Amino acid sequence: MNTWQIKNLFDVHGKETELNVEAGLFVDQFSQDAQPQTIDARGLTVIPGLVDLHTHLREPGREDAETVLTGAQAAVAGGYTAISAMPNTLPVADTAGVVEQVYRLGKLHQLCDVYPIGAVTVGQKGEQLAELTAMNQSEAKVRIFSDDGHCVADPLVMRRALEYVKLFDGVIAQHAQDPRLTENAQMNEGEVSSKLGLKGWPAVAEEAIIARDILLTEHVGSRLHVCHLTTAGGVELIRDAKKKGLNVTAEVTPHHLLLTDELAGSFDPVYKVNPPLRTNKDVAALRAGLADGTIDIVATDHAPHPQESKDCEWSAAAFGMLGLETAFSICYMTMVKNELMSLSELVDRMALRPAQIARYENQGEIRTGNRANFALVDLNSSWTVEPEQLKSKSKNTPFAGMELPAVIEKTFHNGALVFDRRG
Amino acid sequence: MKNLLSIDDLTKAEAIEILDTAVTLSNLSETGVKKFPTLRGRTVVNLFFEDSTRTRISFEAAAKRLSADVINFSAKGSSLSKGESLKDTAMTLQAMGADAVIIRHNSSGAAHRLASQKWIDGAVINAGDGTREHPTQALLDAFTIRRNLKNDQGDLKGLKVGIVGDILHSRVARSNVLLLSKLGAEVVLIAPPTLLPVGVDSWGTSVSYSFDEVIGDCDAVMMLRVQKERMEDLFFPTEREYSRAFGLTKDRIAMMKESAIVMHPGPMNRGLEISADSAESNKSVIVEQVANGVSVRMAVLYLLIGGATTRDLETHLGENK
Repeated sequence: MNTWQIKNLFDVHGKETELNVEAGLFVDQFSQDAQPQTIDARGLTVIPGLVDLHTHLREPGREDAETVLTGAQAAVAGGYTAISAMPNTLPVADTAGVVEQVYRLGKLHQLCDVYPIGAVTVGQKGEQLAELTAMNQSEAKVRIFSDDGHCVADPLVMRRALEYVKLFDGVIAQHAQDPRLTENAQMNEGEVSSKLGLKGWPAVAEEAIIARDILLTEHVGSRLHVCHLTTAGGVELIRDAKKKGLNVTAEVTPHHLLLTDELAGSFDPVYKVNPPLRTNKDVAALRAGLADGTIDIVATDHAPHPQESKDCEWSAAAFGMLGLETAFSICYMTMVKNELMSLSELVDRMALRPAQIARYENQGEIRTGNRANFALVDLNSSWTVEPEQLKSKSKNTPFAGMELPAVIEKTFHNGALVFDRRG
Repeated sequence: MKNLLSIDDLTKAEAIEILDTAVTLSNLSETGVKKFPTLRGRTVVNLFFEDSTRTRISFEAAAKRLSADVINFSAKGSSLSKGESLKDTAMTLQAMGADAVIIRHNSSGAAHRLASQKWIDGAVINAGDGTREHPTQALLDAFTIRRNLKNDQGDLKGLKVGIVGDILHSRVARSNVLLLSKLGAEVVLIAPPTLLPVGVDSWGTSVSYSFDEVIGDCDAVMMLRVQKERMEDLFFPTEREYSRAFGLTKDRIAMMKESAIVMHPGPMNRGLEISADSAESNKSVIVEQVANGVSVRMAVLYLLIGGATTRDLETHLGENK
C-alpha cells in the first residue's frame, strides 16, 4: 500500500527525476519485497505538498459554507497537503475541545493534515486570553494563535499574548486592522472609493497595527506572524523589521498579488474581501516583497460563503473569497510566468517556509524518510476556473472564467493518492 | 439608454437631450397641459429602501403626469423591513411586470447591482444609492442652473458652480460633479478637509477650504445638507463652528455675484448649512428646484420607457393638443 515508483518527472529546477515512495514514506531505494505501482508522469513536475497557514473551514457552525471534508477536498485539488483552520467557527476555536474536534475530523478524512489555529482571546473578543497552553498541549498541538478577522487591537492584550506563547514556541498571527479607523469600511480608501461612495479602508489602519506589533515583538522577544499583507507600506515595515533581525514573518494571499480595488466598480461582492483589494502600486510592492523574501509565504485566506451571502448588494455581502484551488496557478502566473521568481522559490514560499513557521513536521519538502506529501503539476497546461467544478462547497471565487496556467494533476498525502484530476 | 444608474451612463448629448425634453414638458405644464397619455398602461414602481418623501413624491408626480400606473413599495411596514433580500424583492417586482423600477437604497451600488444581475427586465432608475450617486438630482440641478443662467440653452460652459459641505457622504455631490463637468461647467468643492474624500484630487474639480475666498467667483452655490450626527463622528467640532465657516449667511449672500443663484437639494437644516434668510433670499431657487425635479423626472421616464425621442414627444404632444 502507498508504494509508488513515479518515473519521468521534472523537479522544481526542471531536472529529470524519479520519485520512490514506500509505505507512505519517501525512500531512495525500495526494500526487496516492495511492489510499487508505477506511474509514468511524463511532462509533469513534482512539488512538495503545499502548506496553507490561513484557511477557513467553517466547521463547526457554518457547515452550509464548508466542512472540514469539503475544505480538505478543495485543498488537495489545489496541491495542498496541510491546511490550518482559522478559529472563527461557531463556537469559536478557543478551547482544547474545539481544536481537537477539528483536528480529529481532519484525521478521520485522511485527505491532508488539518491543523487548527487557536483563538488568542476568549470568543475572539480581544479581552481575555484563551487557554493557549491547553490548546497547545491538546492532541491538536496548536502552535499558531490568531483572532483571525478580529485584530487583537488592545496593545496590552497583544503584548501579553506575544509574551505568553513563548512558553511553547508559539506564534501570534495578527489580522492587522485598526478597528476605529475601519468602522463599516467597505473597500480600499483612495481614488476608487471616493468615486464609488463606498466607505474607505485606509492602508494606515493596517500599517499602524503592523508597526505597533513589530515594536511589541521586539520588546518582548517573541514571534509575530502578520497575516495577509496588502499594502506597500506594510511590506516596508516588514522589510525593516527583518533587517533588525526580529522574528517577524508575513504572508500574502494570491488574490492580493493579482486583483485591485478597481474591481469594486462592478459592485459585485465576489470582490469584497477583508483586508480589501488595494491598488496597482500595492500589488507591485507585494510581488516584489514576495520575490525578495520580505514576505515569507503565500497563504490563501480561503473564505467560503454560501450564495446568499454574496448574491446581494455590496454593503450587505460577507467579506472573503475562495483560494485553495486556484492559489498555485495564480501565484505561478503572477510570480513565475512574470519572471519575478523561480519555481523553486515559489514552492519554498508555498510549502517549506509555511511548514517551518508553523513547525509542521513531514511537510514542505521531499526528503528521504519523510511522509510522502507531494503533488504532480503540469506546468505546460492550463485550465479554466468554473465555479461549479470546484470542490469547495461554496462558489465565491473571484477568478471565475479565467484561464490559468499550471494544472495540479495528482496530490499524495502520506503516500496515498488523495486527488487525481483524471480519476 | 436602458437604465439611469450613474451620470457616467450618459453622454453629453444624452444629458442635454434629457434637459431639452424637460424644458418642453415644463413649458407645456406652464401652459396648462398637466397630463400626458404617453405612459398609459406602463407600470412604474417606486422601490424605496430608505425613507425619502421628497424624491418619492417627485417621481410619483412625474409618472402620474405621464399616465403611468405607480406602485409605491417602501421599507417601512413591508417585507423589506422583514429582511427580504434585494434579489427577492426584485424578482417579485419582475413577476408583477414592472416597466421601470425607481430605487432608493442605502447601499452604494444597489441600483447598479439590481440592473447588472438581470433580476428584472424593466428599466432601473437610481434615485439615490448610499453615498454614491443621485443622477436625477444632478439633472434637475443642471436644469435649474441652465434655466436661470443659460436661458434653457445648450451646455453650462463658462459657469462656475460651488458645491459646499459634506462632500464625503454626498451622492448629490458625486452626481453633480460628474454632470456639471460633462456639461462644461467649472466645479469647486468647498468643505472642511474632514468632509472631503481621500482621492478627491482625482475628480477633476478644484477644492477650497475657504468659502469666503471663492463665493464671489461662483455663478451658483449648491449647499449640501449636513447631518447633525456627523459631529459625533468627529467630522467637525460643533454645529456653530461648522456654520460659521461653511454656512450660507446673509453676509455671504452679499459677497455673491449679482446674477448668482443659491441652491439646496433639501431637506434643509436651517441655521446649520443655510440661514433662513439666505434660503428665502431673492437669489434662492430652492423651491424652483423642486418643480424642476418633476419635469426632469418626467423626461427621464419618457426617454427610458416611453421608447421614444424628443422629436416623437413633440409629435405626440401635437396630437394631444
